[in-house]
Amino acid sequence: MNSNTSDAILVKSYIAGNEKALEILVLRHKSRVYNFIYSKVLDGDLSEDIFQDTFIKVIRTLRKGTYNEEGKFLPWLMRIAHNLIIDHFRKSNRMPKFESKNKEFDIFSMLKDSGRNAEKQLIVDQISADVRKLVEELPEDQKQVVFMRLFKDMSFKEIAENTNVSINTALGRMRYAIINLRRLVVEHNIILTE
Amino acid sequence: MPKLYAQGSKKMNNLQPKQETINFILNFSKAMHIVKTRNMLVEVHMN
Repeated sequence: MNSNTSDAILVKSYIAGNEKALEILVLRHKSRVYNFIYSKVLDGDLSEDIFQDTFIKVIRTLRKGTYNEEGKFLPWLMRIAHNLIIDHFRKSNRMPKFESKNKEFDIFSMLKDSGRNAEKQLIVDQISADVRKLVEELPEDQKQVVFMRLFKDMSFKEIAENTNVSINTALGRMRYAIINLRRLVVEHNIILTE
Repeated sequence: MPKLYAQGSKKMNNLQPKQETINFILNFSKAMHIVKTRNMLVEVHMN
């Protein structure tokens, strides 16, 4: 058995258990099959995968004894490759694609940033600065409660302890502070929306 | 896909699959065995 042995004899030999016969078949047809696959899919890694799957299918069919030898091993091999290429395109059509107009994948166009963009951040900063100015206008006891609650994120229990008043007093000061802040917003025509 | 096949194949004759792909195929063949049971054929892989 050598490189001149026909495909039909090699196939019979392989079915009989000769692994060398398969090696000769693979080496004989690898270039043709691979180039055919590559010419359709135009991707090296994908071509390798389809090439591998083609010969695995050949091995399975030959081993199971379902191959019908009619002296047409190469056309059969190419048909398997062709069918696997079709399977690939069918599958890829069913899968969601990431495509941009210039055909280049741009991950940033697919991802949404949960954070604020620069414009929104500027607006938020402006609102924060406006609120701080308004808070400065409040009476000292109310200003103290608002500052601790909003800017230091303290609980009303902590605020009460720090200002030596009851929780209800702290809550009452916060309530009046909010009423006064709303009034100041209306009086100064300030828009506090993001 | 119809477009792809209608355009015709580009002539590429100098491309080769990787040696590791060839080795995988040959090793797969050596490891794979078909066991015949009463009603079906079972594929068995041995390391």
